[in-house]
Amino acid sequence: MYRYDSTDQQLIEDRVRQFRGQTQRYLDGQLSEGQFLPLRLQNGLYLQRLAPMLRIAIPYGLLSSVQLRRLAEVAERYDKGYGHFSTRQNLQLNWPELEEVPDLLGELAEVQLHAIQTSGNCIRNVTTDQFAGVAPDEVVDPRPYCEIIRQWSTFHPEFAYLPRKFKIAVNAAEGDRAAIQVHDIGVQVVRNANNEIGYQVFVGGGLGRTPVIGSMIHGFLPEQHLLSYLEAILRVYNRLGRRDNKYKARIKILVRALGPDTFAQRVEAEWEHLRGGPLTLTQAEIDRVQGFFAAPPYAQPSQAQADLKAQALADPAFGDWLAHNTHPHRQTGYRSVTLSLKSTGLPPGDISSVQMRRVADMADRYSFGELRSSHEQNLILADVAERDLQAVWQEASALGLATPNVGTLTDIVCCPGGDYCALANAKSIPIAEAIQRRFDSLDALYGLGPIDLNISGCMNACGHHHVGHIGILGVDKKGREYYQVSLGGSGDSDASLGDVIGPSFEQEEMDQVIERIIAVYLESRTPDEHFIDTYRRVGLQPFKERVYDQSSA
Amino acid sequence: MTNPVLKNGHFVDDPWRLLTETEPTSEGVAHCILPVASWQQHRDALIASEVPTGVWIEADFPPEDLAADLPHLAVVAVHFPAFSDGRGYSAGRLLRERYDFTGELRAFGDIGLDQLYYLKRCGFDAFVLPAAVSTEDAAKALHPFEDAYQGAVDQPLPRFRRRDTLPGA
Repeated sequence: MYRYDSTDQQLIEDRVRQFRGQTQRYLDGQLSEGQFLPLRLQNGLYLQRLAPMLRIAIPYGLLSSVQLRRLAEVAERYDKGYGHFSTRQNLQLNWPELEEVPDLLGELAEVQLHAIQTSGNCIRNVTTDQFAGVAPDEVVDPRPYCEIIRQWSTFHPEFAYLPRKFKIAVNAAEGDRAAIQVHDIGVQVVRNANNEIGYQVFVGGGLGRTPVIGSMIHGFLPEQHLLSYLEAILRVYNRLGRRDNKYKARIKILVRALGPDTFAQRVEAEWEHLRGGPLTLTQAEIDRVQGFFAAPPYAQPSQAQADLKAQALADPAFGDWLAHNTHPHRQTGYRSVTLSLKSTGLPPGDISSVQMRRVADMADRYSFGELRSSHEQNLILADVAERDLQAVWQEASALGLATPNVGTLTDIVCCPGGDYCALANAKSIPIAEAIQRRFDSLDALYGLGPIDLNISGCMNACGHHHVGHIGILGVDKKGREYYQVSLGGSGDSDASLGDVIGPSFEQEEMDQVIERIIAVYLESRTPDEHFIDTYRRVGLQPFKERVYDQSSA
Repeated sequence: MTNPVLKNGHFVDDPWRLLTETEPTSEGVAHCILPVASWQQHRDALIASEVPTGVWIEADFPPEDLAADLPHLAVVAVHFPAFSDGRGYSAGRLLRERYDFTGELRAFGDIGLDQLYYLKRCGFDAFVLPAAVSTEDAAKALHPFEDAYQGAVDQPLPRFRRRDTLPGA
């Protein structure tokens, strides 16, 4: 992974010093609430329902064991001994005291962690595929490009006061595991017929109140022009994006107002000035950054391989976990392991300090000391030798991190919701739990195949409900919490937004509503047809009829 | 205007008077910063008079529309209606980097210490602050970081193009 040099380190230490001064001026009354707001937000700090919330950046989801141990430590010292992995691969702490946040950030800086630009109207932490660098279906490792974007966007002087927040995602595999088409900018790394690297660039995707699938504005941007083109997009947005209404301020609104073609022309015109200038990437820089992501010293296949089939037959529980919680690897004899943060009864994405430390130990022992966080809110050991899988499974089981439900209905993506978040209209965690309890039989769950169920507690859509095969949105109706259900969303390369099924439901009805939806799927599907495909074939109507059918209540 | 003006890192006696859109343009009076509409209206006479003149623009004014006038202007002042409105940062870079403005680039409106560094990087060299601060605090605010990743007006090359010359790189 990328390691800081002395300048990188100096920058985050300078940032801690700057924020310490700003916090002090706020506490002394020299900065008003409004003046302090963007300063704290650009350091990841929200003032929440019960206490501040600090969002710590995990750049493109990559984390070392040393960093995870430090996170465990600060979660104990400044929080209640646990953290929450978000859908943007970051880690959130829910209880730090404002006065202590500068110290907390200082401790993070010692291990090259920070909370820079994890909130506010600026360029946020860039996200990518959790299997980057090890996925068999990958064109090239996207992480060096993510790091190059991270450096460019960190403390960018021109783009610190954008009309609204700005999220960039990069994907370099055939399957889109970074949901790039629902980001402000989505970058798909590709190779052309001459085997040259370039990018497809999507803009104006997003969730929130106005969900939109991004539009492609460049089909093949050559590798060296990445930053000059991004700068051109951001400059057009910074100048023209709406600032009169925060709900119409995202770039998707501008792209829609101008039309994607006109928007693309504006970018092209701006880019003409920047193209070939100092932002053009040098081969030396690309090589330098790529050097940080070289493959670890894998064992010879003969040393790494194991007879997994036989092990799975001998122990069906291991077989279940192997089938669902491990992912193919480009290196023979290796697999990537997903540690599930979705065990029934616990908020999705939550992890305790005790678990963090043990997971860090596992990363050291089995995966070259590195981990990833995924936008599905799980943790990944990316480089595990097959012969270690059984041991990893046993240790993960003992920690409660081996729920063999990855990719299934109960691997629910879920925001913190009304239990924690000041913005939420409704709670989301109890809904997740009720559904997990209703579908607690593994055999039945596996029989359903892959289903993404995403829950957001409000229309800000942190739980990405629009792109869930089944999406649930918390809404407020005259002070009461209701839930709206949508079907048919997808964040994959065939991205689509879900269709709202109809009037919203009360909390107590939700597990039954999901059960009815599943029943329609089971009756309608052809053999081995996945939920999303069945939905696309039969449409909303049969689901709608069943869900609102009073006679079957 | 009684607000303190920070120029090139020092508080100065400000010779400039900023005229509002309703004030009459005093042709031939030096050191006025005119609304851009007045400037455009009296442009030829003002240029002929050869008195030092400035212009101020709102954040949404397209800098390209001022490009041809820049050689005649001693000051361009950009108004920040709210510190959270970042359009002026793009305006600053465009005026300096694309249209080669070499006069004073002044930021006024809703700006404070915490905006100075990015403003400076985007080419601003004069700041009208809302209240008195010490020179020391201003210096700190202008220089919170040792280095930067991006190229901008103060340092045109991004760090990756300066690596060979950096200590410890």
